[in-house]
Amino acid sequence: MKRRTKTAAAAVLMIAFTFLVLFLFQALLVPKYMSGVREGALIQEYYRETTKHDVIFIGDCEVYENISPVTLWEEYGITSYIRGSAQQLVWQSYYLLEETLKYEKPDVVVFNVLSMKYNEPQNEAYNRMTLDGMKWSSSKAQSVKVSMTGDENFASYVFPLLRFHSRWSELTKEDFRYMFSRDTVSHNGYLMQVGTKPVTTMPKTEILDNYSFGENAWQYLEKITDICRENGIKLVLMKAPTIYPVWYEQWEKQIEEYADKNDLLYYNFLETMDEAGIDLTTDTYDAGLHLNVEGAEKLSKYFGKILVQECGLSDNRKDEALSEVWREKICAYEAEKEQKYRESEQSGNNQKG
Amino acid sequence: MLFTSLEFILFILGVFVLYYIVPKRFQWKLLLIANVFFYACAGIGGMVFMGVTIVTSYAATVCMDRLQKKADNCIQSQKGIWTKEERKAYKKQVKKRKRNILLDCLFINIGILAILKYTNFAIANINGIAAAFTGNGVLAYTDFVLPLGISFYTFQTMGYVIDVYRGKAEAERNIFKMALFVSFFPQLIQGPISRFGELKETLYKEHNFVFKNVLFGVERILWGYFKKLVIADRILVAVNTIIGQPSEYYGFYVFLGMIFYAVELYADFTGGIDITIGIAQVLGINLTENFERPYFSKSIAEYWRRWHITMGAWFRDYIYYPMSASVPVMKLSTFTRKHFGEAVGRRLPVYLVMFTVWFATGIWHGASWNFIVWGLLNCTVILISQECRPLYEKFHAKFPKLKDKCGYKCFQIIRTILLMSVLRLLDCYRNVPMTFCMFSTMFTRFNIGSVLGGGLLTLGITVYDYAVVGLGVMLLFMVSMLQRKGSVRERLYEKSVVVQYFAVLFLLVAIIIFGAYGIGYDANQFIYNQF
Amino acid sequence: MDELIDILKNLHADVDYEKCTALIDDKILDSFDLITMIADIHEKFDVIIPADEIIAQNFNSAKSIYSLIERLLDDEE
Repeated sequence: MKRRTKTAAAAVLMIAFTFLVLFLFQALLVPKYMSGVREGALIQEYYRETTKHDVIFIGDCEVYENISPVTLWEEYGITSYIRGSAQQLVWQSYYLLEETLKYEKPDVVVFNVLSMKYNEPQNEAYNRMTLDGMKWSSSKAQSVKVSMTGDENFASYVFPLLRFHSRWSELTKEDFRYMFSRDTVSHNGYLMQVGTKPVTTMPKTEILDNYSFGENAWQYLEKITDICRENGIKLVLMKAPTIYPVWYEQWEKQIEEYADKNDLLYYNFLETMDEAGIDLTTDTYDAGLHLNVEGAEKLSKYFGKILVQECGLSDNRKDEALSEVWREKICAYEAEKEQKYRESEQSGNNQKG
Repeated sequence: MLFTSLEFILFILGVFVLYYIVPKRFQWKLLLIANVFFYACAGIGGMVFMGVTIVTSYAATVCMDRLQKKADNCIQSQKGIWTKEERKAYKKQVKKRKRNILLDCLFINIGILAILKYTNFAIANINGIAAAFTGNGVLAYTDFVLPLGISFYTFQTMGYVIDVYRGKAEAERNIFKMALFVSFFPQLIQGPISRFGELKETLYKEHNFVFKNVLFGVERILWGYFKKLVIADRILVAVNTIIGQPSEYYGFYVFLGMIFYAVELYADFTGGIDITIGIAQVLGINLTENFERPYFSKSIAEYWRRWHITMGAWFRDYIYYPMSASVPVMKLSTFTRKHFGEAVGRRLPVYLVMFTVWFATGIWHGASWNFIVWGLLNCTVILISQECRPLYEKFHAKFPKLKDKCGYKCFQIIRTILLMSVLRLLDCYRNVPMTFCMFSTMFTRFNIGSVLGGGLLTLGITVYDYAVVGLGVMLLFMVSMLQRKGSVRERLYEKSVVVQYFAVLFLLVAIIIFGAYGIGYDANQFIYNQF
Repeated sequence: MDELIDILKNLHADVDYEKCTALIDDKILDSFDLITMIADIHEKFDVIIPADEIIAQNFNSAKSIYSLIERLLDDEE
C-alpha cells in the first residue's frame, strides 16, 4: 500500500510541477502591453476598480481615446469607466457589457456606433487585445467563440501559451518585469495622448456597394438595447467627433432611425464639434483619427453636461469615500499629463505652451 | 485530422484512456471504432472505398483459404490412391483457381487506386499530346478526391491477400478484425506498411497497462512531435520560399534549399513515423520500424534499405522478386543470353525488372512526371553503382585500409546524402525541366556572397529560427549516434525518476514553446499525406 | 554444387561460400544479387525459383541454396 501511495504522490507532484513550469513560461511569454501598444492592457484594468460607476462606456478607440472620466468627475462629479479596446466589435461590446453587469449596475451605458460597420470577425491581434484581458466567464467564452477568425482556436484562449509561445525570440526586459503584475496605463479606461497633428485634408469618401449594417451587427445592437432595458439602464448612442474612418450619411440615417424606434438618445458629435469647441487643427494628435488630451477634455465637458441634463445623474463629489478614490485618480492623471508634455517638449513636437 | 492538430491530440488521449478502461476483450473493437471515427473526420465519402477494399479482400482471402483447406483434405484423403501426376494436376488446378481469385481482388483494388489517383495524370498527358496536334486539350479533368491513406492501406491489404495466396498467412475469418488491420488509424497518414503475419501478433491481443510500454510510447510520440514541430515545420518555411520563387532564389539558394529539404523531409517523415509507432506502442501494439538512421548510409543501395523500409520491402516482396522469378522474365533471360551473349543476357532482365519497380515506386509517390523521373533516376544511379562494383573492389584491393578509415566513411556518407538530396530536387520543384534548370544554376550562377550576406534572412525565418533548427539537428545527430549502441529509451529508463521526468519535461516544453505552430505558421501537412 | 559456387563467385569473388552461413543476414548478398542469381540458376539448372521461396533461410548459405534447387528439381519430376 505504501508503494502505491508513494507512486501516486510522485505522479501528482510531477503533474503539478509540469503545470507550474508551463504556467511560468506562459506568464513570461504573453505580451504585457506596458509600452508601445498599450491598448492591449486596457480591458484587464477594469477589475482593479474598488468603487462603482454611474456611467459605463463601451466601444472602440473612439471612446477610449476621446473621453476622459477624470474630467467628467472634476466637472460634474460623474463616476465612469470606459470598457474600450482596439477595434472592439459590437458583439465584444455586448459581452463586455453583460460581464460588467455581473459586477455593477450603472445608470447609463454609452455605446459608440462606429463598430456597427463590422459584421464579421476582423483581426486576430485586435481580438486578443479585447479578449485576453477579460476574466473567465460565460460572457468571455461566448465572446471568444463569436470573435474567432478562421485560423484561431478556442484552446489558444484558454492557454494563451499556445498562441504566444512564438514570442520566445522577441522577449524584452518588459516581459520579465511584468510577469506577475502590471502597471496601470489608463485612467478609468482613458488612454491619454498628447501632441498635435492637425487635420490638413478631408478623407476620401469611397462609394460602397452596400450601406446597410449587417445582420450580425444589428443583432448585437438589439441585445445591448435589450439588456439595458431589462436592467433599467439608460442606453445612449454616440458617434465621436473624429473624421477617420469615414462615417457615411447612410449609416447615420440607420442609427437615427434605430434610436428613434427604440427611444434611445443618440449624439453625433461630428455635428456639434463647434458647440463643443473642438478644433481639429489643435485637438487631434493623429490628423483626425483620435483626439488628444485637450480634445478629450473638451468633449468630456460637453458630453458630461448632456449626460447630467438628459440622464439625471447626480453629483457624487459630496461622497467622501468616492472623493478620496477620485482624488488619487486625478493625481495620477495630472502626473501623466505633465510627464507627457515634458517628453513631447523635449522631442520638440508640442507647439503649445 | 493532421497529426499536429489539437483535435488529433485530444483524440488519441481519449483513445488511450478508454483503451485501458474498457474490458480487455473489447480493446480491439474500441480501436476499430476509433478507426471509423478518425476516417469519418477525413470525409465520409472515402469510407466507401475502404469498405470495398475490406469486403473484397475478406471475400478473396476466405475463399482462397477455404479452397486450400478443401484441397489439402482432398489430397490427404486420396493418399495412396492418386498418382504423382494426378496429385500435381490437381494442385495446379487449385492454384489456378486461387490465382483467379487473387487477380480479381487485385484488379478491383489496384484499379480503384489507379483510377482515383492517376486519371487526371493520364488526362493531362493525353491533353498534352492532343494539344501538340490541335492546340487544345480534349478531355476534362475529374475532381476525384483521394481517400485518406488509400495508397498505404491498399498496398498493406493487397500484401495480405498475396500472403494468403502464397500460404504465408492464414486468412482472418472475423471481418471486423480484418477491417481493423486494413484501417488501423495511426498508419493511414504515412505508414508504415505492415505485414498481417507480424501485426496480428499484437493487434488483437488483450493488453494490460504496462507502465514501461506506455512511457516508452509517450517518449517516442514526444520525440516525433519535437522533430515535426520544432525542426521540420520551421525549416519548411525557408524551403517553400526558395522553391516558390525560382526566379529570385537560384544558384547557391538551390543548394541550400536542397539541404534544408533534406533536413525537413527527414524530420517530418521520421517524426511522423515516431508518432505512429509511439501511439501503437502505448496501445501495446508493435509496428515495424520504417527508418534506420538513413543519413548514415554509405551507398544508395544501403540508403534504400534504411529509408521507408516497409515500402522498399513491399515492392521487393510483391513486385521485385515475383517479377524476377516469373516465367516470362526467365524466358527473356534465356532468350537474351542466347542471342546477345552472357554480358547483355545477364543484365537485360534485371534492368527491366529494376526499371519497372522504380517506375512503380516513383508513380506511387505521386501522379506526375517529376516523381517518375525521380524513381527512374534512383534506379539509374543504383544500376551504375552496381556496374562500378568491380572497379570499387579493385580500388579497395589496392588501398585495403581505406575502407575502415573514419574519413573515408564520412566521405561516403556525405556523398550519399548529397546524391539523394540532388535527386529530391525533383520533389521540390515538381517540374522536370525546371528542376534540371535550377540544378544547373548551382554551377552557373554564383551568389554565395549575397546569400550569406543577408539573403538567408529573406527566406521567412529569423536568425533565432536557424539557431533552433541547428540545435535541433545537433540533438537529432547525438541521439542517432547514441542509438547505434542500443535503445536510448532503455538507457534513460535505467536512470533515476528525476532524470527521466526532466527529459520528458524538456521535450514537452521544447515542443510547446519552440514548435512552429499556431498563428504565423501554416498548418503543414505531412509530406506523405497525399498518399 | 561447383556450378553454384561459380555463380556465387561471379557476384562476390572474395566470400568463402564453404563456410559462410549468413549470406543474407550479414547483408553480403543484397536483393540485386539475389535476382541476378536466380536468373543464373535458371540458366544453369533450368529451374525457376518461385518468389515465395526467396527468403533468408533458403539463401543464407551455399548449402541451403543447393538444397532449395534440389527440392525444386525433385518437385518438377
